[in-house]
Amino acid sequence: MSATNTDPRPKASASRRHRLAERGIDTQLLMLIPALLFGLLLFVYPFTYGIGLTFQPLPRTQEQWGGGVFANYVAFFKDPFLFDSVWITMRLALPVALFNVLVSVPIAFKLRHRFRGKRLLSTLLVLPITLGTVLTAQGLLIFGGRQGWVNRFLMEAGIIDQPFPIVNNYLGVMLSLIISGFPFAFLLISSYLSGIDPAIEAAAKTLGANWKQRFRRIILPLLAPGLATTFILTFVLAFSVFPSARLVGDALGETRVMALMAYRAFGEQQDYAMASTIAIMMGVVELVVIAVVLLWRSFLYKGTTGGKG
Amino acid sequence: MSLSANAFGSLELKNVGRSFGGHDALVDLNLTIRAGEFIALLGPSGCGKSTALNCLAGLLPLTHGQILIDDRRVDVLPSEKRDFGMVFQNYALFPHLSVEKNVAFGLQMRNKPRAEISRRVKEAIALVKLEEHAKKLPGQLSGGQQQRVAIARAIVIEPRLVLMDEPLSNLDAKLRLEMRTEIRRLHQSLGLTTIYVTHDQEEALSLADRLVVLREGHVQQIGTPAELHDNPANWHVADFMGYRNLLDLKVASVSGSSAKVEGDGLSLDATLVQPAAAGDEVRVAIRPHDLTVAREGQGTEGRNAFAATVSVVEYQGREFAVGVTTSTGKNLFVHSEFAPTPGETVMLVLDPARTLVYRTSLTAVSAEEQELLQVRG
Ligand SMILES: Nc1ncnc2c1ncn2[C@@H]1O[C@H](COP(=O)(O)OP(=O)(O)OP(=O)(O)O)[C@@H](O)[C@H]1O
Ligand SMILES: [Mg+2]
Repeated sequence: MSATNTDPRPKASASRRHRLAERGIDTQLLMLIPALLFGLLLFVYPFTYGIGLTFQPLPRTQEQWGGGVFANYVAFFKDPFLFDSVWITMRLALPVALFNVLVSVPIAFKLRHRFRGKRLLSTLLVLPITLGTVLTAQGLLIFGGRQGWVNRFLMEAGIIDQPFPIVNNYLGVMLSLIISGFPFAFLLISSYLSGIDPAIEAAAKTLGANWKQRFRRIILPLLAPGLATTFILTFVLAFSVFPSARLVGDALGETRVMALMAYRAFGEQQDYAMASTIAIMMGVVELVVIAVVLLWRSFLYKGTTGGKG
Repeated sequence: MSLSANAFGSLELKNVGRSFGGHDALVDLNLTIRAGEFIALLGPSGCGKSTALNCLAGLLPLTHGQILIDDRRVDVLPSEKRDFGMVFQNYALFPHLSVEKNVAFGLQMRNKPRAEISRRVKEAIALVKLEEHAKKLPGQLSGGQQQRVAIARAIVIEPRLVLMDEPLSNLDAKLRLEMRTEIRRLHQSLGLTTIYVTHDQEEALSLADRLVVLREGHVQQIGTPAELHDNPANWHVADFMGYRNLLDLKVASVSGSSAKVEGDGLSLDATLVQPAAAGDEVRVAIRPHDLTVAREGQGTEGRNAFAATVSVVEYQGREFAVGVTTSTGKNLFVHSEFAPTPGETVMLVLDPARTLVYRTSLTAVSAEEQELLQVRG
């Protein structure tokens, strides 16, 4: 060491990258910059442009609803035809996401163990991923329409005398969303579940926990992050429902979902500004739901690891 | 903590067996365990030790046999009702619960009052010396500390039986020795009946009151450490117990339980452990400690003596482990109190009583044959 060096500690011999990493800086992430720039161009620009559009309402919107540059938002909140679509979409997406997650858990649980026919069963459960929404919708129409197999069978068996409305309503869209969303939920939860060492459950067993206690005290807390993620994903999938709402739903009534409204504003009314507003509001609603779920998750996590006992 | 309130008189395994789709992992395990005993299940990898333990714990259903505690069947009880504590090979701690809560889990499941839980958890944590770490999560502990949490978690419920599956196999040599003493100390102070699985014969010999040696799911021998150490029942057990010299020789003559065996340029007076007749091919097992290098002028009367050339000398603290080669080129492991020079020809001495003769086949010796041998001996 030279005499002028006043630092008594020898200079760290670790490489520069190591020293940066100690402070949480990963230099390799710099390589992402080109991709980020590209993303900025492709995504952020149109996105901000869209936001900009929402503040340029058409004159007729301004006339009808007032509010100056905020006329689109005023219209969104004041026009029941528009605003109700938030609840209509929620009414579909929340139960569907909840159903997908809640039903996946016991099935994924059962399928953890080895048994004959497991592969066949899991293939059947995941198969709908390969069907597009349109194919699913078509299947549902053939299966559940007024002249569909189900109704024909039920009527001929004398169980009902009027066709039971399965499609072209809320139920139809819900079924279609479950068929396309369930495989995702099932796959995700299965993989989260397989990440939990079976010995942990066995340990709880030897300590005297029955299956309810094991599930509540051990599996559920360990699975909670996975449940939250899965819920969010299937919720977002269901929330942006468009094709099935139109094909197997009641596009002007019960299943007048936000995506349909945005499409109507864009395609039928040539009101780009309103369409953008609805799209932005969709994002806002989704963000609110995601925030609530993450809050629940962090609450649950803290609740079970609890610092002070 | 005191002696378990749920102590039993005896635990009996009757013809316990388990197969996995036609493959027998465990066959006809018969064992009676007294309260407070420390039993070690010993055997090479894949011999069915974990299978036996999991069957006992109720994590694997039995394919044959019964498990009885004081003549009441427990193999029909689900795992959570058996009241057995288990220490898993990979610890299986609950990753989302602090050390304290891990330890408290079993007591909470038993709906004990809060005050009692916190007192017993404190005691158990103190017993394994983890007071400072009580609030940490398992992920923040070292391997040895996690292991002690696993032990505390299993014993705090004062189970009728503690099952341990190779609890020390993931630790380094020094920590393993420390934990071995710790486990012995815990067993002695709490008197918990324990079944301990290991593939380390030294660990088993130093810890257990009785050992059960398994091979391919079959029990080879059950006995005290001294019995197994001095009188292995077959050459496989002998091999496992550190009889490193196994010689395939031929029986020349038999008188009572002693015999003369020959081959490989050697002719030895030996002791029959399993019955054999003149002309039989047998396997002779000798511990390195029993085959020693003779000092200059040492008498060899009444003992086997033969010459061999020293090939390797290894210092082992106060004595020497020596590798020698016989005149026919056979390598043997012997012991010496002084350091011979490699290349030197030395005289080896061996007590006929410690020259054990086994059959080469491992199929069990029938009871009549064994009796016959004892009558003759
Ligand atoms: N779930 C299973 N399915 C099929 N075979 C199994 C299963 N579990 C164990 N076996 C077989 O049973 C035999 C005994 O296994 P076990 O796990 O009891 O061995 P072990 O003595 O504990 O070995 P190690 O010392 O390596 O842990 C092995 O041959 C193994 O392949
Ligand atoms: Mg094992």
